[in-house]
Amino acid sequence: MSKSEVTRRGVLKTGAVAGAGLAVPTIFTASSAAAYTNEPTGGTVTLGFNVPQTGPYADEGNDELLAQQLAVEHLNGEGDGGCLNTFTSKALKGNGILGKKVTFVTGDTQTKSDAARASAKSMIEKDGAIMINGGSSSGVAVAVQGLCQDAGVIFMAGLTHANDTTGKDRKANGFRHFFNAYMSGAALAPVLANEMGKDRRAYHLTADYNWGWTQEESIVASTEALGWETVNTVKTPLASTDFSSYIAPVLNSGADVLVLNHYGGNMVNSLTNAIQFGLLDKVVNGKDFKIVVPLYSELMAAGAGENIKGVLGSMNYNWQLQNEGSKQFVKSFGEKYGKPPSNSAQTCYAQTLLYADACERAGTFNPCGVVEALEGFEFDGLGNGKTLYRADDHQCFKDVLVVRGAQNPTNAYDTLEIVEITPVEQVSYAPNHPMFGGDEATLGSCNSGA
Amino acid sequence: MFGLDKKDTTLLLVVATLTILAPFLLNPFPTASGMAQFNAGYPDLMQRFVIFGIFAIGFNILFGLTGYLSFGHAAFLGVGSYAAVWMFKLFTYNVIPAIIMAVIIAGIFSLLIGFISLRRSGIYFSILTLAFAQMSFALAYSVLSNPKFNLTNGETGLQVYADDPQRFHHDGLPDLPHLFGLSMRSTYTMDVGAWSFDFNAGYYLCAAIMLGVFYLAVRIFRSPFGMMLRAVKSNQTRLNYTGLNTRPYTLAAFVISGMYAGLAGGLLAAMDPLAGAERMQWTASGEVVLMTILGGAGTLIGPILGAGFIKYFENIFSKINDNVLHQWFSFMPDGIENFMVFIVHPFVGKGWHLTLGILFMLVVIFLPGGLVDGGQRIGKWLRSRRGQKEDKTSGTTTPAE
Repeated sequence: MSKSEVTRRGVLKTGAVAGAGLAVPTIFTASSAAAYTNEPTGGTVTLGFNVPQTGPYADEGNDELLAQQLAVEHLNGEGDGGCLNTFTSKALKGNGILGKKVTFVTGDTQTKSDAARASAKSMIEKDGAIMINGGSSSGVAVAVQGLCQDAGVIFMAGLTHANDTTGKDRKANGFRHFFNAYMSGAALAPVLANEMGKDRRAYHLTADYNWGWTQEESIVASTEALGWETVNTVKTPLASTDFSSYIAPVLNSGADVLVLNHYGGNMVNSLTNAIQFGLLDKVVNGKDFKIVVPLYSELMAAGAGENIKGVLGSMNYNWQLQNEGSKQFVKSFGEKYGKPPSNSAQTCYAQTLLYADACERAGTFNPCGVVEALEGFEFDGLGNGKTLYRADDHQCFKDVLVVRGAQNPTNAYDTLEIVEITPVEQVSYAPNHPMFGGDEATLGSCNSGA
Repeated sequence: MFGLDKKDTTLLLVVATLTILAPFLLNPFPTASGMAQFNAGYPDLMQRFVIFGIFAIGFNILFGLTGYLSFGHAAFLGVGSYAAVWMFKLFTYNVIPAIIMAVIIAGIFSLLIGFISLRRSGIYFSILTLAFAQMSFALAYSVLSNPKFNLTNGETGLQVYADDPQRFHHDGLPDLPHLFGLSMRSTYTMDVGAWSFDFNAGYYLCAAIMLGVFYLAVRIFRSPFGMMLRAVKSNQTRLNYTGLNTRPYTLAAFVISGMYAGLAGGLLAAMDPLAGAERMQWTASGEVVLMTILGGAGTLIGPILGAGFIKYFENIFSKINDNVLHQWFSFMPDGIENFMVFIVHPFVGKGWHLTLGILFMLVVIFLPGGLVDGGQRIGKWLRSRRGQKEDKTSGTTTPAE
């Protein structure tokens, strides 16, 4: 006779264990399969603003952050709506993006590729950001753009001027509103020829890294095309703070123009050194000595103070532009922060609105839909005038500003004056231009992370 | 177990448990709650915790045992990363050959630098290593990245392009670093109620490797070789007078720690296939010194704790911005809210360096032995309290050991 050992307690225990065992798989399958990376499911959508908050470009980064916050406000229908009023696309209603309220997270790129990628990764993996915007250096932009491509989110570049960002390193998920070194060269050359003549001898000092080289290459090419001679090109270490030893040889080289392919603090220091050496007072080859700084920014101009008087350069945007979009943006930015926006602020503001608008028009946050909506998109009303997002390389084509350090600034923000607005036709180039990676450069296909 | 005594076995098991359960331990707050800001259990940061743990363990073998303070260890990390990315570019996205290559190249590189630098000791040694590291950084940042001979791709960082040869790569394999087809990015997310936990393939690979090299470090610490290194630290001159040549020992320690750094660099590249020159900069070298001292130089687990601590601050505190602060203090009246945000603002976001600096000062002043020292003190205090309690109840005294 067998003895049954079934007890009430035993049955309960077994039942509980079996129940838990059955429930486990449902816990594991609970994570729903998303259609693409970080698909927003709740009532909000998260954007990632990745800007340098420490390091040499911290000023630019903080200005970008202000503009991005302003853009989020306008998207959510707070404040005066800013450029939503002037933007030619009317898809945005001021009720967030696709009805979802816009929230954002911020991070510090430290102007280092590694740190920028770590920060962007944490936004994507932890905070569920669906778009990354910002940055103030081309190295960072290229690194983060690559990451976004792999992760399946959209990258809307901030301030990045090297040709490579939309050249040999172009990516399907990455978009650049800012202009580039080639455009600087193409815009500056005619003005230089006009002001200084066609038989100048140029001496280049170049920051020794990727951006410096592409800029030098572009400026040399466009100035030599109009008849200038390049006497010498000298690379200076990025960490230099004293450029006297590089300036002295310029005097004996027989050059009559100095081109400073420097940015940020480098440019402030090298220009200051050049002025201290009295270069601008010299007469070489029977001509007045001139200095050119191909890439200008308001913050650099403020740093260099008196020294930039009369020095020529180029810019993506300047708050003194008098089109409707620009006036509206300067008004919104000025009322909120009490100062006019910089170059870098404007590009980040425009990029954020452009992304939101593309989502609205595509009717989805899916990166592939957004890419399609942005490619070949023509718009106006964001401050730069008529602009085209070219489908071949995701570069914006618009007018480029040639500016000069103001002789008699009336206030602290009035340090630069617009010399010429170079029309877009003059700065356009073929997508397979050799400076942009030639025929080998491809966007690849868009990645939604699914 | 594994040739370790009981105490070390326990330590190893504790470290193993912590690393395996890290996805749970680091995500203690529900995803939707305000405290989720402090969750650190996402793949990228978990990977960084263990990778920099490896880096610091290796550094500790040199600094903790021999007392030689190298200010150039980031160079080996960088070299390892470049070696790994080149393996990706030329051969395959499989991480195994890349990691092996990273260790080998970093070993050769550290042999070279160690051979020269170890001719001096003390501050001169530190300066020499610093000089070498800065040279490597300059080489990587600009000299070796000119368009004609592009080994490092300079400021942008070396990365893999679609038109790279990748000899053994074929369709069907992921276009990202993988382990025999298992992508390092593949993450399984488990949602349990309000919580969500990420289990990432890359993290568990790093964790397994870290446990391996941690075990190796324990064995080195307890070996006669480790004893010899401690002798170098306590009095090298006396050791020389007894007729021993200490150079081979210190050089061996230097190369081993260089290979650890190379391994960390290789893993960094394996998790995210980009090698930036900044990871060779002197600030990166200084960071590993901080990690080791913060955690406790010369202790086994200290460097791992220190690495985790610093990476946590870098990645979590730097992301707290004014908006988040306003959310935290929103329950207060407006004026006080703004005041609180004003007070806290300098210490978070871009001010994370400041907070870290203050904590570092506090640790160095009050806990000279690092976080491990702090843990020991707490342990001792608890034990003595328990002892006192028992004293009161039982009335007997336990004899001193």
